[in-house]
Amino acid sequence: MIQTNILIIGAGPVGLFTVFEAGLLKLQCHIIDALPQPGGQCSEIYPKKPIYDIPAYPSILAGDLTAKLMEQIKPFSPGFTLGERAEVIEKDSEGQFIVTTNRGTKHRAPIIAIAAGLGCFEPRKPPVEGLANFEDKGVEYIIKDPEFYRDKKVVISGGGDSALDWTNFLADGVASEVTLVHRRPSFRGHPDSVQKVMDLAQSGKINLITNGEVVGVAGNGSLDSVEVKHKSDGMISLATDHWIPLFGLSPKLGPIGEWKLNIKKNAIEVDTFDYSTNVPGIYAIGDINTYPGKLKLILCGFHEATLMVQSAYKRIYPDRNLVLKYTTVSGAPSM
Amino acid sequence: MEDIIKITVIDRDDERHELDAPTDMNMNMMELCKSYDLPVEGTCGGMAMCASCHMYVISAHELSERSDDEEDMLDEAFNVEDNSRLGCQIKLAIHLDGLEVKLAPVG
Repeated sequence: MIQTNILIIGAGPVGLFTVFEAGLLKLQCHIIDALPQPGGQCSEIYPKKPIYDIPAYPSILAGDLTAKLMEQIKPFSPGFTLGERAEVIEKDSEGQFIVTTNRGTKHRAPIIAIAAGLGCFEPRKPPVEGLANFEDKGVEYIIKDPEFYRDKKVVISGGGDSALDWTNFLADGVASEVTLVHRRPSFRGHPDSVQKVMDLAQSGKINLITNGEVVGVAGNGSLDSVEVKHKSDGMISLATDHWIPLFGLSPKLGPIGEWKLNIKKNAIEVDTFDYSTNVPGIYAIGDINTYPGKLKLILCGFHEATLMVQSAYKRIYPDRNLVLKYTTVSGAPSM
Repeated sequence: MEDIIKITVIDRDDERHELDAPTDMNMNMMELCKSYDLPVEGTCGGMAMCASCHMYVISAHELSERSDDEEDMLDEAFNVEDNSRLGCQIKLAIHLDGLEVKLAPVG
C-alpha cells in the first residue's frame, strides 16, 4: 500500500505543479497516470507544439514544459504509478481514501486531487459490430508481448508509427503471416519504417492492403477471420488468429465517472473557493473540472492547484494555522 | 451583418441546426460547433492532432485541400469518407456561406 498526503490522479502539467505547491506546505504527493510517461496531453498529443500563454515563457514546447515541471518538483520527490488507471475508490475506517488501479496497486491518502484533464487515454476502438466479443480472444488494441504472436496469423490496422513498427517487427520471423490494412496508399510515420513496410510488401513477406478498412470480425468463440472493405475490390475475407487495430489513443472520463462526483458534461463540478467536489476530501483541478466562467487553460489549472492545496492542508491539519511564505523568502524548495 | 454567414450542422441524431457564423473572429467549424454547444469534443484545441472534430461536408463548397497533418489524423478516425474533414481545419470565411456539414459518429 502506497501512503501519501495528496494522491493526484493525472500527471499532466496541473497534476505535476500540484506537487510543487503541496511541497511548499510539506505535503507529500503521489501521482497515478494511465500513460507510461508524465505530461498528459502535453506529452501524448502535442509535445512538439509551442505554447505561448505560460507566464514568463514567450514560447515553450509542450514537451519542454513537462520536463521543466518535472525538474521543478524533483526536490519534493513525488511518487509515480505510471501506466496504470485509477479504477476504484473506497474509504477506510480512518476516513482515508484507498484508490486501486486496474493492475491492483493500492494507494492511501486523506486527500485526492483529480487532475485528469479529459480523462485517461485509451486505445481507440473501431466501430465494428461484435468487436467486444473478441476482445482478448483474438482482438488486441495494445501489443504487450510480441512473443504472444509467434507463428500466428496477424492482421494489423492503422497508418501510424505503431502500426508500421509492429508490422516490421512481427514480420521479422515472429508471426507466420502479417497483413497490414490501411485506409489510403500513403502512410504517416517515420520514412524509414514506411520504406521497410513497402520493401516487405514488394518481396511478398507481408500482405499490404491499402484503400481498405476492416469492417467485420467473425469466429466461433475466438477470432477466425476479418472482413476488409476495399475501395475498388469490394469485400475481402482474411483468415487470421489476431487482429490488432492501432488507431492511437483518445481520452475517456472512464472509472472516475463512477466515483459519485457531480458530473456535468464530462467535467466535475467544483466550488471555486477551493476546487472541492461534492465529496469532502476530493478536489478536481485543471481541465477536468467545471464552474461558472471556467477556462480550460494550463495557467488557470496552476492557480486552481495552488488554492486547492491550501484547503487540503487545513483538512489534514485542522488545528494548524497556515501562513503564506513566499519562495523568495523561504529559499530553495525542499521537503 | 455582412460578416455573418449561415451554416447548417446536422448532428448525430440527424437534427439540423442553422447557425449564424461570424467570419471576422478567426474561427473554425470545430469552434463554431462548440460555441453552439453541439457535441464536438475538439480535444486538441484545433491543432489537427486528434480526430474528435471529424465531420462530413455535404454541400458542394470548395474547401482548401486536406493538409498532411489533417490526412494523418484522419487515419486515426473511423468511418472516414471522401468528404471527411476535421472541423478545426475548416476556417469560417465568406465563401462558405450556406455550408452544410454532418457530424461523424464518435469513434
